[in-house]
Amino acid sequence: MAYKFTLRGKTYSFEDLKMVLAKATPERSGDALAGIISEDNKERIAAQYCLSEIPLKTFLDELLIPYEKDEVTRLIIDDHDAKAFKPISNLTVGDFRDYLLSYEVDGEIIKKLSPGLTPEMVAAVSKIMRNQDLIYVAQKIEVVTKFRNTVGKKGHFSVRLQPNNPSDDPKGIAASIIDGLMYGCGDAVIGINPATDNPQEVSKLLKQLDDFRQQYEIPTQNCILSHLTTTLEIIDKAPVDLIFQSIGGTEKTNSSFGIDLNLLKEAHEAGKELGRGTIGNQMLYFETGQGSSLSADAHHGVDQQTLEARAYAVARKFDPFLVNTVVGFIGPEYLYDGKQIIRAALEDHFCGKLLGLPMGCDVCYTNHAEADQDDMDSLLTLLGVAGCNYIMGVPGADDIMLNYQSTSFHDAMYLRKVLNKRPAPEFEEWLLKMGIFDEQGNRLEIPESILKLK
Amino acid sequence: MMKKEISKSTYLQKDPWANLRSLSKARIALGNSGGSLPTKEVLNFQEDHAFTKDAIYSDLMEEELIEQLKKFELPVFQFQTKVSDRKEYLKRPDLGKKLAENSEAEKGNFDILFILTDGLAAGAINERAIPLLKEILPKLKDYRIGLCLVKFGRVAIGDEIAEKIGATFTAVLIGERPGLSSPKSMGIYSTFQPKPGTTDERRNCISNIHEDGLSIERASEILKYFIKESFRRKLSGVSLKEGNSGLPDHE
Repeated sequence: MAYKFTLRGKTYSFEDLKMVLAKATPERSGDALAGIISEDNKERIAAQYCLSEIPLKTFLDELLIPYEKDEVTRLIIDDHDAKAFKPISNLTVGDFRDYLLSYEVDGEIIKKLSPGLTPEMVAAVSKIMRNQDLIYVAQKIEVVTKFRNTVGKKGHFSVRLQPNNPSDDPKGIAASIIDGLMYGCGDAVIGINPATDNPQEVSKLLKQLDDFRQQYEIPTQNCILSHLTTTLEIIDKAPVDLIFQSIGGTEKTNSSFGIDLNLLKEAHEAGKELGRGTIGNQMLYFETGQGSSLSADAHHGVDQQTLEARAYAVARKFDPFLVNTVVGFIGPEYLYDGKQIIRAALEDHFCGKLLGLPMGCDVCYTNHAEADQDDMDSLLTLLGVAGCNYIMGVPGADDIMLNYQSTSFHDAMYLRKVLNKRPAPEFEEWLLKMGIFDEQGNRLEIPESILKLK
Repeated sequence: MMKKEISKSTYLQKDPWANLRSLSKARIALGNSGGSLPTKEVLNFQEDHAFTKDAIYSDLMEEELIEQLKKFELPVFQFQTKVSDRKEYLKRPDLGKKLAENSEAEKGNFDILFILTDGLAAGAINERAIPLLKEILPKLKDYRIGLCLVKFGRVAIGDEIAEKIGATFTAVLIGERPGLSSPKSMGIYSTFQPKPGTTDERRNCISNIHEDGLSIERASEILKYFIKESFRRKLSGVSLKEGNSGLPDHE
């Protein structure tokens, strides 16, 4: 169905719903690369007006990617909870924005609506929201997850300790872990991107992390971010806590990652069997990022932000412990500069939270993007205010294995200070017990004796 | 009464694990002031960022590389992609996956094509591609091999080239996105039966080949393993990993 909107005497027409969405999207290089970006600012605002008048229920009837062709579409439609959707079924996209912002809507109400929301509805409303709207609504929502500790509670802010090493060297990895723990990081997960996705290597790394965790009784969880098939191969022998996988918003994207929904289901079942969580058993860890579908030539002419929201529909099916939008990693051909990265991260965090996910964000950029540390400081602060569950913690913000800049342990210290946030409760207790932090969250002088770690 | 002068030792906090720095290039034991980075470390980071930004705009040394490739006494090809400059390369990855309109080459029917391309770090290819070939080529005597150089290429350029000249297997040597500590890192993507439209799950990747990462020798060993197994099992990518107990261990 075609859509039209007349702006100052000129009528703009959009051939279908996905074109309205694409043209209404704030500027980003990935949509330009896909050839679906609005021609100019005037067309964009016409599309935004047009989108704001579309009833939410339209997204249940007019599917962006055909039901027969895509298992993610089937998941979205088959799992839609009509009862949860009922209260807002008469709203347009524009009404929905106002409703979300209103005093009467709090986190609990959003949580009840969530199963009735599709990623397309959520993406649509985000496109007509400003950055402050994305922050304001997201911070209403609390998504708490549990494994060996509790991540996502209001007033708390967690960090994935990311001790990557270009040759998976155990000593190099241990050095980065110690550094991170001494700065209060590692409560979301201690997670390594392995340089070689090889079952033996991955098993060795898991063993190393598990030994370390047990030796110091650290209330956290480990993860080697290997391909799902590698993890499944070793799951019976190696100490697997969280199961990792990159996911996307279309069947074809996922197939380019070498997975499908069945494989994810299999992994979820296998993880539940393990039962290694002590206070909870949410054990999946997903990573996503705008642009992955276009990059895999699997985007069906849909804009990258809407596809990213669809990836969250995949994630929510499997009740994950952590979801991370790796926003600036993909490069300038998808998100060109600091402005685009910041906007995309806030959209992703908002959409994920609205769909009920424990959203974290890799606040990051590559050296070939037009961004720098100042941009990351801005984004980090905005996400902190928005109630983001966790960020990455990389020594000195420099990932020497993945060759990009993320957030540092010092960045986490900064954020917890300025927003008065604390680590995950169980982890904070451990930091106090070990004499690493004081009650105010200040780093104590570290005695040499703690450092006889290994 | 005069106030005492402030001493650094009262507010700058040291991290007493500086000795661990010998174990890794990671930026550890930086110390802090009120949890934040000390001045010296902030500037040091920004210095590295400045140098890395400039490295991205470095160029492939085409003439020298072609000279070196010819010394292997194997067929050598040179191609151009549809990209005309570095800015366009950064914004239009699609063009870096396609050969320029006028690209011509004789059909060769090779077993293996080694394809060198600058990617995001021409310096990595300028310095590490030839040493890698020197290491691995003598061990691949049983295969018909061709060597290619292509400027402004992406990984998938290998698929087009393989189709053009005919090859069962490609190994694309490409400059990886530069990191602050490793502005010249090389990656190798290998694909069995590559053709345009091949997706990433069908490729095997060896990354981080640089001074402080994977050595040329080790990378060559892994690549040799991928070649052997790909030809034996007639596949590459995710499914090649399954049951690959034959991969030699790290030393």
